[in-house]
Amino acid sequence: MSFLYDSFQLAMKLIFSFDGEVLTTVWTSLYTSSIAILLASLIGIPVGLSLGTCRFRGQRILITLLNTLMALPTVVIGLLLFGILSRQGPLGHLSLLFTPVAMILGQVILATPIVANYVHAAVAGADNRIMATALTLGASRRQAALQLLQEVRFGVMAAVIAGFGRVIAEVGVAMMLGGNIRGTTRTMTTAIALETSKGEFAFGLSLGLVLMAVALFVNLGLNFFQQR
Amino acid sequence: MKNITALIFLLSIFFTADSVMAVEHLRLATTTSTENSGLIEELLPPFEQINNCKVDVIAVGTGKAIKLGETGDVDIILVHARSKEDKFVVDGFGVDRRDVMYNDFIVLGPTGDPAGIKGQDDVAAAMEKIAAAKSTFVSRGDDSGTHTRELQLWSLANIVPAGNWYLESGRGMGEVIIMAGERHGYTLSDRGTYLAFKDKTPLQIVVEGDSRLFNPYGVIMVNPQRHPHVKKDLGRKFMDYLTGKQARTLITDFRKGGEQLFYVAE
Repeated sequence: MSFLYDSFQLAMKLIFSFDGEVLTTVWTSLYTSSIAILLASLIGIPVGLSLGTCRFRGQRILITLLNTLMALPTVVIGLLLFGILSRQGPLGHLSLLFTPVAMILGQVILATPIVANYVHAAVAGADNRIMATALTLGASRRQAALQLLQEVRFGVMAAVIAGFGRVIAEVGVAMMLGGNIRGTTRTMTTAIALETSKGEFAFGLSLGLVLMAVALFVNLGLNFFQQR
Repeated sequence: MKNITALIFLLSIFFTADSVMAVEHLRLATTTSTENSGLIEELLPPFEQINNCKVDVIAVGTGKAIKLGETGDVDIILVHARSKEDKFVVDGFGVDRRDVMYNDFIVLGPTGDPAGIKGQDDVAAAMEKIAAAKSTFVSRGDDSGTHTRELQLWSLANIVPAGNWYLESGRGMGEVIIMAGERHGYTLSDRGTYLAFKDKTPLQIVVEGDSRLFNPYGVIMVNPQRHPHVKKDLGRKFMDYLTGKQARTLITDFRKGGEQLFYVAE
């Protein structure tokens, strides 16, 4: 019991003492995940939208493919990009391995299928008269699609939140591509993995609680925007 | 939606500004034992201050650290597996290997000591007894420096470890100590990690002091001729620092739980 109690106490202390190292770690997690989910949304939302509103050849295959990609293990993404970004890989000259950029790339690959699938589901579940009405009212196909997106904005929001949750909570990509470098690529999750490997279980768990607190604030923020 | 997008853009601008002002970075691949003990954290700040640089530490097993050196993804490696280090240099991947420090390996065992090896001076004989008694032994199984040494000890004892008593975990030293404790098994550990885990495991030291348990750490620069992007000037300075007077004092004075973990090479 004391292990859980210690962790909780430590977590409170970490949150309210604004410890520099913890803040840096939280910040690294936040900005990499935020940029990643932004890029993933820029790709995933249009893909999901067109899957739900257009009919084209190979559509079913693309949907199945996207669903399958949701099962892509983070270490596989990590390995794949490791091979590409390492000095001996095709993009080695960019020296991106063990930088935040490499982590963001991996997280984009991780989050894009999630966003696309959720948006597709939201669009497919929407009243199909919305687009038809917009079209008869003289909207272009593009405008009608945007109108539809407006109608299903809660579904889109859910897609973004699900993707964000996935990338901020994952450890495989961050560890393999970031390298857990203190002050640069150490995220909340790789820090937890490190503390666990050091046997500092209470400290690791308290970092986990800090992560949850951060996620809570992010979601409260998103909720606030949603209300408006 | 728009507000959030704007916010995220602001965040990313902030982040880019930070990286523009960045100082020179040196990449060091080292073993989990040096990082987890806290030694590296102690050693780096004076060097970073003098040279206005940042040393990026990537803490992995010795095997992976060497691989990262071979592919040129790091500038310097600080590892502990002499046979592999020599091969790394001979194969032309690294230059200028230097001794930095040493500590030692110990064999840990459960309180009951089912193989009856406590106090044994001869580590090879102890390994033989563990195998003969088919007592649980947890191996790192991860190609790390400790794993390399463990395999050498088995071969010294003329044993090919296999069977359901021999568990290859593929995890870090700390996790393996915990695992061996939970399974009432033996394991080979470096002294530093054991000291850090002493109050988290029921395992005790059963064999120590054999010269074959000696564990030297070496620093090697990745060959700049093979990988021209290697920061050889800063790297050379780092190696000079690591083997110089200031670092030697820091290493000798470094204590964990009141005990000295590393000794400088003579």
